[in-house]
Amino acid sequence: MTTPVLSVRNLTVEIPTRAGLLKPVDGISYDIAAGEILGVVGESGAGKSMTGNAVIGLLDRPARIASGEIHVNGRRIDRLSRKELRRSRGKEIGMIFQDPLTSLNPLLTIGDQLTETISEHLDVSDGEAKARAIHALEEVGIPAARDRIDAYPHQFSGGMRQRVVIALALCAEPSLVIADEPTTALDVSVQAQITALLKRLCRERGMAVMLVTHDMGVIAETADRVAVMYAGRLAELGPVRDVITAPMHPYTDGLMQATPDASEGATRLRQIPGAMPRLGSLPPGCAFNPRCPYTQDRCCQDPPPTRDVTDGRAACWFPLTEHAAIPA
Amino acid sequence: MLAYIIRRVFQSLLVLLVVGLVAFSLFRYVGDPIDSLLGQERTIADIDRVRESLGLNDPFVVQYYNFLANAVQGDFGISYRQSRPVAEIIAERAPATLELAAVSALFAIGLGIALGVFTAIRRRGIAANVIMSASLIGVSLPTFLIGILLIYVFSVELDWLPSFGRGQVTDLGWWTTGLLTASGREAIILPAITLGLYQMTLIMRLVRSEMLEVLRQDYIRFARARGLRERAINFRHALKNTLVPVITVTGLQLGAIIAFAIITETVFQWPGVGLLFINAIQFVDIPVMAAYLMLISVMFVGINLIVDLLYFAVDPRLRIEGRNT
Ligand SMILES: Nc1ncnc2c1ncn2[C@@H]1O[C@H](COP(=O)(O)OP(=O)(O)OP(=O)(O)O)[C@@H](O)[C@H]1O
Ligand code: SF4
Ligand SMILES: [Mg+2]
Repeated sequence: MTTPVLSVRNLTVEIPTRAGLLKPVDGISYDIAAGEILGVVGESGAGKSMTGNAVIGLLDRPARIASGEIHVNGRRIDRLSRKELRRSRGKEIGMIFQDPLTSLNPLLTIGDQLTETISEHLDVSDGEAKARAIHALEEVGIPAARDRIDAYPHQFSGGMRQRVVIALALCAEPSLVIADEPTTALDVSVQAQITALLKRLCRERGMAVMLVTHDMGVIAETADRVAVMYAGRLAELGPVRDVITAPMHPYTDGLMQATPDASEGATRLRQIPGAMPRLGSLPPGCAFNPRCPYTQDRCCQDPPPTRDVTDGRAACWFPLTEHAAIPA
Repeated sequence: MLAYIIRRVFQSLLVLLVVGLVAFSLFRYVGDPIDSLLGQERTIADIDRVRESLGLNDPFVVQYYNFLANAVQGDFGISYRQSRPVAEIIAERAPATLELAAVSALFAIGLGIALGVFTAIRRRGIAANVIMSASLIGVSLPTFLIGILLIYVFSVELDWLPSFGRGQVTDLGWWTTGLLTASGREAIILPAITLGLYQMTLIMRLVRSEMLEVLRQDYIRFARARGLRERAINFRHALKNTLVPVITVTGLQLGAIIAFAIITETVFQWPGVGLLFINAIQFVDIPVMAAYLMLISVMFVGINLIVDLLYFAVDPRLRIEGRNT
């Protein structure tokens, strides 16, 4: 088996606070292969962004990686020096942010922002950098890229700006891209275009993509595999089709029910009762037990092992279906 | 953009007219120039003759019109006290003040921006915190006290720098400069620091708070995520985004530097227009006072115009262009 582009092993992020040590990411493990899109879902505060920030080495203090390993293309990157880490950002790992209106520097032309990124990572002449910048804009579908390169961000619409953001994130040809809710801030009409663009680029370039989203519809359409997070832990991991059609974790099941499904028409949107517990006050045992319809005694005593959640396994004592035959 | 600038120029002219009116009428009716021109020994005929020759008997509007018409040609009349053209006196004195103002402005802007960036980037460091605390002293001490303290330390105690005057100046014909001689350069240090210290701390604190704000923005985070160097992020991306408010405040403060030069020039006996103005007040030398006020307001208005133009240079969103695609 070829090495995955991204390999996260038992990643734990800690935030020391006066109230004690919080773990917004607690023992997460997963791989993303080249050309594969891993969807990451979960309620607000589940630790999705925190995981992405940890991978690209942009955790805001006081959050820090406490344990675990992160490998990109077989190289361990969580122990790199600041300088080495900076070099791998943009070049090995690209990141796309949520809001295209605020992600671009308003005072620099998009050409300036592209060429400075290209020149930082690739050993090319100014002319070559500019040619690559134009090419990068063409690739993300900006019409008349040659003329638009000297335009400022405010001269683009929201959807076009997100394309520019994608061009910027990908212009040094990273093999891993972290897209943190890339369509949430956009008009519904352009959301599908942007996800389609991401998917196309992923396939064409063979990039590994970590797609963080709230939208199960986007996951169903775009992702190959999906990781469900709950309170900093991995609840379930598996191929999209399996997870959507036959979720094993009661939380995933709840998420699916909360998603309006075209096949059911406009039927009611069943929300999972209650809210995700705050990190400082997680219940003993399974973090989901106060909200889970299947809770039993064991759930309130021992946490289900999250460490070996792999494809087709859920962090649950009583998974809903034992459908996926686990390959030995 | 052009329309905007033309409008601003008209506004500026209006401001100058009003200042001219205030300057003229205030000084026209405050004090009696006859007192300062003629001593106690004077006859009614003397007084009438002088009043007539100075045009003080004309109607107000005529006097104002003459004042403006002459002022536009650089003619501010004859100094009551020195019996020489005011324009000549001012032209003699202006280089000293402008040089002092320019050096303190450079000091304030250069050091202010540098320290502002430094304290923002290293905001947890000891040095940054010491600088921030020290800057509080800088803002709270009055100018004359800073001048006196500097004189005490560097002139009296250490005897490093001169405490008054401009040192040796070089006459370039149209301009006299102290910057070409060692003594002139030494002489300008203390007054320039005194004059610019408040503005320096102000600019520093402003740059710092703007930098901290900008460094939290998404585009800075995105720049980091693209692996740009800290230097490029701090200076190319962040500092540039702090410039609009910094330019606004700096513009206003430049005017203040020129205006507050009066105090510094008095403390350091700096032979500039500020000192001239103080002496003019003592002798109710109306033409000199009026000319000084007009000069200062022209500078204020000019600086404001430049500030407006700088906004356009810095922020592309202000330039009127179609928002397309
Ligand atoms: N400085 C901090 N101190 C305490 N808790 C923090 C701090 N920063 C983040 N957190 C917590 O870390 C958790 C993880 O946040 P994260 O941003 O990763 O969530 P998310 O899954 O991306 O949510 P969303 O969908 O809203 O983006 C949250 O519960 C948040 O409250
Ligand atoms: S472990 Fe128990 S409480 Fe947790 S999800 Fe499974 S059944 Fe529900
Ligand atoms: Mg998030």
